Amino acid sequence: MGTLMEIKNLTVRFYTDDGVVHAVNGISYSMDEGDTLGVVGESGCGKSVHALSIMRLIPSPPGRIEDGEIWFNGRDLLKVSESEMHKVRGAEIAMVFQDPMTSLNPVYTVGFQIMEALKLHQGMDDHQARERAAELLTMVGIPEARQRLDDYPHQFSGGMRQRAMIAMALSCNPKLLIADEPTTALDVTIQAQIVELVKRLQEQLGMAVMWITHDLGVVAGLAKKVNVMYAGYIVERGNVWDIYKRPRHPYTQGLLGSLPRLDEPPGTKLISIPGLPPDLIDLPPGCPFAARCVYAIDKCLEAMPPLEEADGADQHLVACWRWEYIAGREK
Amino acid sequence: MVAERVPLIQVRHLKKYFPITRGLIIQRHVGDIKAVDDVSFDIYKGETLGLVGETGSGKTTVGRTILRLYEPTDGQVLFDGVDLFRLKGEEMRRMRRRMQMIFQDPYASLNPRMTVGSIIAEPLEVHGVAHGREKTERVQELLRLVGLNPYFVNRYPHEFSGGQRQRIGIARALALNPDFIVCDEPISSLDVSIQAQVVNLLEDLQERLGLTYLFIAHDLSMVRHISDRMAVMYLGKIVELTDRDEIYLNPLHPYTQALMSAVPVPDPEVEEKRQRIILEGDIPSPANPPKGCNFNTRCPVAMDVCFEEEPEFREVKPGHWVACHRV
Repeated sequence: MGTLMEIKNLTVRFYTDDGVVHAVNGISYSMDEGDTLGVVGESGCGKSVHALSIMRLIPSPPGRIEDGEIWFNGRDLLKVSESEMHKVRGAEIAMVFQDPMTSLNPVYTVGFQIMEALKLHQGMDDHQARERAAELLTMVGIPEARQRLDDYPHQFSGGMRQRAMIAMALSCNPKLLIADEPTTALDVTIQAQIVELVKRLQEQLGMAVMWITHDLGVVAGLAKKVNVMYAGYIVERGNVWDIYKRPRHPYTQGLLGSLPRLDEPPGTKLISIPGLPPDLIDLPPGCPFAARCVYAIDKCLEAMPPLEEADGADQHLVACWRWEYIAGREK
Repeated sequence: MVAERVPLIQVRHLKKYFPITRGLIIQRHVGDIKAVDDVSFDIYKGETLGLVGETGSGKTTVGRTILRLYEPTDGQVLFDGVDLFRLKGEEMRRMRRRMQMIFQDPYASLNPRMTVGSIIAEPLEVHGVAHGREKTERVQELLRLVGLNPYFVNRYPHEFSGGQRQRIGIARALALNPDFIVCDEPISSLDVSIQAQVVNLLEDLQERLGLTYLFIAHDLSMVRHISDRMAVMYLGKIVELTDRDEIYLNPLHPYTQALMSAVPVPDPEVEEKRQRIILEGDIPSPANPPKGCNFNTRCPVAMDVCFEEEPEFREVKPGHWVACHRV
């Protein structure tokens, strides 16, 4: 499979009154066509900001993409003109957001909002667009789709709104769907519906999916590859089995240890990570996790470790000076 | 942990309806939101009862009505044998020392204009249990108990992170040495790595102080982790209640089964093999619940009787209660 997107050294900062927020600090990775990538991390780790940068939707000011390249379909998205970018957004890369209520316009019908993209990107007339919109709503599992086109967003439930958002995102057959915490606002039975829907649509349509979430559970059943982010860095990256079965970064290990599992035996204790994530305005010079890490040595406080291959495993990368020592301890 | 099994709280046929009214001046009563509709259960001394359910299932209303933060529509709650709903004024106020609450949002539940010290001291003042030097010492003791530096007493809530604020909320709840604490989604607004810190603290405090918890949350894995027994709510009713292992290994209600299967497990190996029961549709409106069993609109195994008669909440084997015609 060919490479769909390659990100090199992406750096994003926000210039605020309190100081410069180092939101994304030189991340690089690539994504194949049709791939499923999970991007996990806690609030403020830069996972959403990096996704918005791909769409060039960082509010500026205060935000600025300081450095980096985002190669998509043979061109650097950070270099193309704004009018060219209009054609990329929605048509080639589509995005689904966390809160389906605030991302749908409450004063237009759902049908109108789906048809808008079809008319704009695909040059359809009203009649064609309406037909296609009904097809799309049917595809995402909304019953009586044709009638529901004339409903307003408030007449839809949360799960149905998210389905409508997905229909809208898929309306122009994008090559990449970025889903930013799409199920966080939804109940677990509805979340399961949406996850199944995205899996089925991905199989049908063959697009690549980037699933951004703080929920390691969802990603385990969905993604092929995982990026673990912390304080604006990718600290570990690999295929989903390596990340969950052989995590090498102490942060990934800590996250998995602090998560209760439904299938856990009685008496299991959660292993919490002490302390708090660092302030992104005042990032320490070395590894951002060092202050919370039980394995930290002087070197960790001085320099940020590079993302390097772990275990000699294919595409399992870790940014930690101590990973070999930690891995050795486990044996 | 639950040796003698003495119930601390006995809830019997609890109902809480919120009226729906029409009209601005003359408000006509046109219907009811049946937020809690006839639930009965016990909470034993020293145990944690987990209450799970989706948005709008009525789990928060149960917690608040037990503490009489909402006046009940009907039913009875016995706290250590005392009927709470019959207590008046001063009697109820004195009873409140023994039951406290930890709220979901540590940003909204702490007054931004009060220092941490005065937030934690407030219950001591209201109930007149400690003054002067004694009060100051108690506040410092409480801060240490929840893992905060006593040196922080003069700081304001905005100077703390979400996890630390939740610790302040816990310290305030503990100030009067309560027996019973309702924890209403205490970790939902926190990041994963911080959630574990707060849950470990709650477990630790329970062990040291012999507390009884009603732990309300929508995160099944977390509720199962912390609870001794679990109750599952759907549309104002408890559909199943049993101990934490039984409910995971042998769920009987089709809703519990679907809920358990929908929870993702952070392990690709487990996820690959799992069979999901995907429920159709959404939770119906509690203003207009379906006739018969209220789960019948989404139930994969509903029969005719489920659309006619409401199933009884009954004990099908010792300690395992369920409300379903198909069991």
